[in-house]
Amino acid sequence: MQDKSTYILYTIFTLGICLLGWSIDNSYYLQLLIFIGLNTLLALSLNMLMGYAGQISLGHAAFYGIGAYVTAVLTTTYQVPPLLALPAAVGAAMLIAWIVGMPTLRLSGYYLGMGTLGFGMIVHIVFREWSSVTGGASGFVGIPPLEIGSLSFTSDKAYFFLVWIVVLLVIIMCRRIIDSRVGRALRSIHDGEKAAAAVGVDTRTLKLQVFVLSAGIAALAGFLYAHLIYFISPGTFGFMASIRIVTMVVIGGMASVWGALFGASLLTLLPEWLHAFSEFEMVVYGLILMTVMIFMPRGLTRGLLDIYQRYRKHHDR
Amino acid sequence: MTDNKPLLEIQGIGKAFGGVQALEDVEFHLEKASINGLIGPNGAGKTTLFNVITGIFPPDSGQIRFAGKSIQALEVHERVRTGIARTFQNVELFESMSVLENILVGMYTRTRSGMIESILRLAHTRREEKQARDRAMELLEFVGLQDYAHQKSSDLPFGWQRLVELARALAAEPRLLLLDEPAAGLNISETNQLGDLILEICSRGITILLVEHDMSLTMSISDQIVVLDQGKKIAEGPPRDIQANEAVVEAYLGKGKN
Repeated sequence: MQDKSTYILYTIFTLGICLLGWSIDNSYYLQLLIFIGLNTLLALSLNMLMGYAGQISLGHAAFYGIGAYVTAVLTTTYQVPPLLALPAAVGAAMLIAWIVGMPTLRLSGYYLGMGTLGFGMIVHIVFREWSSVTGGASGFVGIPPLEIGSLSFTSDKAYFFLVWIVVLLVIIMCRRIIDSRVGRALRSIHDGEKAAAAVGVDTRTLKLQVFVLSAGIAALAGFLYAHLIYFISPGTFGFMASIRIVTMVVIGGMASVWGALFGASLLTLLPEWLHAFSEFEMVVYGLILMTVMIFMPRGLTRGLLDIYQRYRKHHDR
Repeated sequence: MTDNKPLLEIQGIGKAFGGVQALEDVEFHLEKASINGLIGPNGAGKTTLFNVITGIFPPDSGQIRFAGKSIQALEVHERVRTGIARTFQNVELFESMSVLENILVGMYTRTRSGMIESILRLAHTRREEKQARDRAMELLEFVGLQDYAHQKSSDLPFGWQRLVELARALAAEPRLLLLDEPAAGLNISETNQLGDLILEICSRGITILLVEHDMSLTMSISDQIVVLDQGKKIAEGPPRDIQANEAVVEAYLGKGKN
């Protein structure tokens, strides 16, 4: 039905990646684009949970961190090849999400927010205090670069392509889930949990599944982050990081895969653009976010679409 | 044979909220493939009884048996799987979804594909999806809304939303269908169409329990009527007997209703 337009979008997206990858040689811009990619993964991950299933998580950076620390410890301390560390990092985050999700997802609304907030803080403290394993507050150094067989992702350009191919695959995966039996059931929970149960949706199991999936995607981003920077520290995965992910989802527009991309891009680029304001940077940043929310409460993607449609209607007359 | 056994048996159901006795020792049963009206003045406990049957909250006392088995331990979604579907008094459609998608969610218990299958989209998953869509279109045709399948459900007029909700409930392939005031907010011709649909559904072997304030509709299509007043069953029988029943007339007039 909407298959055709979806494939056109994927094609445009792929062409866009190729075009950017080949034309940009400046390592600053490439790095920026890589970070947009990582943040897109995080926004996609939380979007599945928040935008589609309607469950808030204020501790999502914890899964990002678990992905990064598990691969850091395995590849550095234990010399495990990164390709084997990847399933371990993603699997660990998913397992922890499952254990944490069992009791927490019985909560809803603010209580679930509080529960995940607490979880995020505990994980952050573990990263900081378990120095013998994680390197403590000063961080974990010497993470090896990604080498898969003869391919080595040491240049910015190679990493750019790697990250964005992963983003494309995750986007395809998310869209497939959304447009399926499970995805419709997830969206039904968002629209009305009572009615969802009344038509036979096992809301608790489904919420747990999407939480685990979401944690897995966040950990994948963490894995890529660790092998990009070669150094990780607890600060990257704290409370503010969780809030940033929530902001990306809300600003981009909930329940939209492309909204996640948009929100992640804006929140990655904005601080760069705002350097000009020096000490007023955070003030301007906050003002922009407030303005978007006041005038486009459904997020930028929907907001701009609405404006475009109003403009067209106006001109058709 | 089990064929003559009633489909739903309500035995001594009691439910109190704080000090208010919403249901007290309610007892009746529903025969297979019959239409049953559940009537009573406002606050009689009709919706409470619906919620107890569908498992939204447990009764304080009594038992519910469905197709000969106790369903006490089953959760809301599990009861749908065993064959109990419902509609809501205020229409609870999934507003962000299209009409067709609403029906597809209704098929949740009758389809199987999980999250991993939906990512891989193998042949059998695609086949199941195709079959589900065809079946959903059939159901929309049944209620006469096939031309609106791709509209957002919240864009339809209220009367049609009720029909979508009915089709969604049928998508779960129920043996028992609970309708909570399906005619509320409908005009006369819509109400007549609804009456015909309910008769048609029943003729397919589905048992119906209907809460409805529209007496002419309830009396004309029901085989059996149960009357509740202040949480207690005060009468039970065919429509003709109920209309002549003194206790029923008193319950309604005593409340200042028609």
